Amino acid sequence: MISSLASGGIGVPSTAAELKSSERNELVPDLARKVHELMLKARVLEERLIAMYKQGDGYFWIGGPGEEALNVPLGLLVNKGQGLDHDYLHLHYRSNATVLAMGADPVDWLRQMKSTATDPYSRGRNFAGHTTIRKWNVVPINSPIEVQFSVAIGTAEAQRKAKSKGITIVQGGDAGTAEGDFATCLVWSSRKGSELPLLIVVANNQYGISTPFEGQHGEAHIADRAKAFGIQTALVDGNDPEMCTAALTEAFHYVRTQRKPCLLEATVSRLYGHSSATGAKLVRSEVDCMDHFEQKLEERKILTRAQMNEMRARFTAELLEASLRVREEPPPLPHTIWDYVLADKNNVGNGKGDPWQP
Amino acid sequence: MATMIQAIRMALHVGEERLGVTDIFGQDVGPPLGGIFTGTQGLKTAWNSPLDERGIVGMAIGLALAGQKPVAEIQFCDYAFNVIDLLKIAGNIHWASAGDWNVSLVMMTPVGAGIRGSIYHSHSFDAQATRIPGWKVVMPSNPRDAYGLMLSAIADPNPVMFLEPKALLRVKGQPGEQIPGEPSDDKALSKMIDAPLGDRSAWKPEWPKLGEFYVPIGKARIACSGNDVTVLTYGRNVPMCTLAANELAKEGIGAEVVDLRSLHPYDWAEIKQSVQKTHRVLCVNEDTEITNFGEHLIRRITEELFYELHAPPKLLAGAHVPGVGLADALERATVPQVSSIKAAIAMLARHEP
Repeated sequence: MISSLASGGIGVPSTAAELKSSERNELVPDLARKVHELMLKARVLEERLIAMYKQGDGYFWIGGPGEEALNVPLGLLVNKGQGLDHDYLHLHYRSNATVLAMGADPVDWLRQMKSTATDPYSRGRNFAGHTTIRKWNVVPINSPIEVQFSVAIGTAEAQRKAKSKGITIVQGGDAGTAEGDFATCLVWSSRKGSELPLLIVVANNQYGISTPFEGQHGEAHIADRAKAFGIQTALVDGNDPEMCTAALTEAFHYVRTQRKPCLLEATVSRLYGHSSATGAKLVRSEVDCMDHFEQKLEERKILTRAQMNEMRARFTAELLEASLRVREEPPPLPHTIWDYVLADKNNVGNGKGDPWQP
Repeated sequence: MATMIQAIRMALHVGEERLGVTDIFGQDVGPPLGGIFTGTQGLKTAWNSPLDERGIVGMAIGLALAGQKPVAEIQFCDYAFNVIDLLKIAGNIHWASAGDWNVSLVMMTPVGAGIRGSIYHSHSFDAQATRIPGWKVVMPSNPRDAYGLMLSAIADPNPVMFLEPKALLRVKGQPGEQIPGEPSDDKALSKMIDAPLGDRSAWKPEWPKLGEFYVPIGKARIACSGNDVTVLTYGRNVPMCTLAANELAKEGIGAEVVDLRSLHPYDWAEIKQSVQKTHRVLCVNEDTEITNFGEHLIRRITEELFYELHAPPKLLAGAHVPGVGLADALERATVPQVSSIKAAIAMLARHEP
């Protein structure tokens, strides 16, 4: 049984040896409840974001409902903090559950959805789900689906050279692996003698917007491509948070101790389609990781249906109330477009236009 | 006097010794070659990367995010076109994250024609570079400015593009353009810092005691004073414009050559002052003429200084053709030459309103 994940909060993984001695990958009850609570919070957050979009409280929704079983354990395993001795995260726009599991405030996603001046991630500049938290090494999430694979090698290289304790985690979807940046990531992370402490997580939801996996990939598994580079690989059912916890724990342990790259490919669901551009409607044919996990928790008598229903209702009410508050928060002022263009003289503009134009 | 490439190398040395440069890298940047133009020979943090421009720029951004101070080289700017979106990301990280992160990095890349570089070693990048907000963009025209601009680029908290006019890389500085600390004897300097031909495995450079000299980013330089025509230019075209101005001086035409040195931010105050003096403007650069950086300068001059002008502003730039042809006649016909610069200045000077 997995018991020590995130003891004391965040980032103390079980050892690989512990995992191997475990007959089953079941989480102990306390940890199972914690993972469930975070998955549920992440799901309810996504539902609220979608509702906000549909009510006109946001211009666009994109997120990760269906990736919670993978992303919550990922967030809990992170060695959270700032600098080389902590883990760097190069995530994608479906990573909300990861950042939430690290301890971020869900209300901040509502602010980014509503494009308020109080949005701490971008001050109303970016889509929801584009988080950035420097104090936790969460680098800015970009809308392109591949660029993080090229940028992640840089933080990993800094950690390699410093022989630091931290590792770098990069995450993307299956569609993004068709881009050259994915090849860049494999090439640069596996150079002999200069291997990078890099955990590559591919969340394979079987789609690139509307194009099915088979229409884009000839390889049986994306992870197979990493084998040619001598990179450790693993496949996991991304709809099972217990299997994900086990696989991620092992992958984290490998990268942390061996200081070499590892690619974990997780099969996940895309429960509300690509984004609001495709309607953001529930796709009932997809496996829902919440349903399966909740059924298990009920069977094991860790949580009752009534308890889980109560939690869902409570989180939903809390976020509804928060979204109404966020609605009253101020929008960014027009002149703030000039803020933070450059990191020196005009860090914050003077409100009189472009400070670089004397 | 040092050449421009020696000046750049010495600045990078000062950068890694005193300004925190952690990584100087790119294709062929590390030993044994030390850069195809020799710009990174003998540098202790120089290393060879895979031949992958997206990886080079991505690595630089990642290193900067991790608090390092990288200087990345794209071997020729012609090969930077497949990293435009990563350059955009380097430029937008600070803004998109509302000041949460900044990326302090230098990307250096040789630009322009003049070495018979054919279709893929002659491109210019100034129009592209100035189209990417969030970056500072500099281009020196002499070794001393190259040294001072590189030190400023390294010290800057933003991404800075250091465009190297490749035709000038082996040109020595003029009297009065000495880099603080460089030996006065060229041969002595070469012996100290140029790697020998052949086996260099045991070679180590002997660096002169160099001073810190910063050319502020955003400050232009008057390369040549004159009262009749303002010539706004940078990089390789600065010595060409100066030569043209010197020749025209004999005909009684006074051209003021403004070496911008920084393309963004650019020195509007200096430009304005010169235009208010001469009332006639010529922009000269090698990039293709449609949507050219000189067009921006002309647009602003026309909008803000319209009633100062005694002649229509003129742009002399590269022909809008898909490449710079290899044959001598083709290269000359594609980018401005001293003769065409001279003719354009003279035409403006003689223009009657």
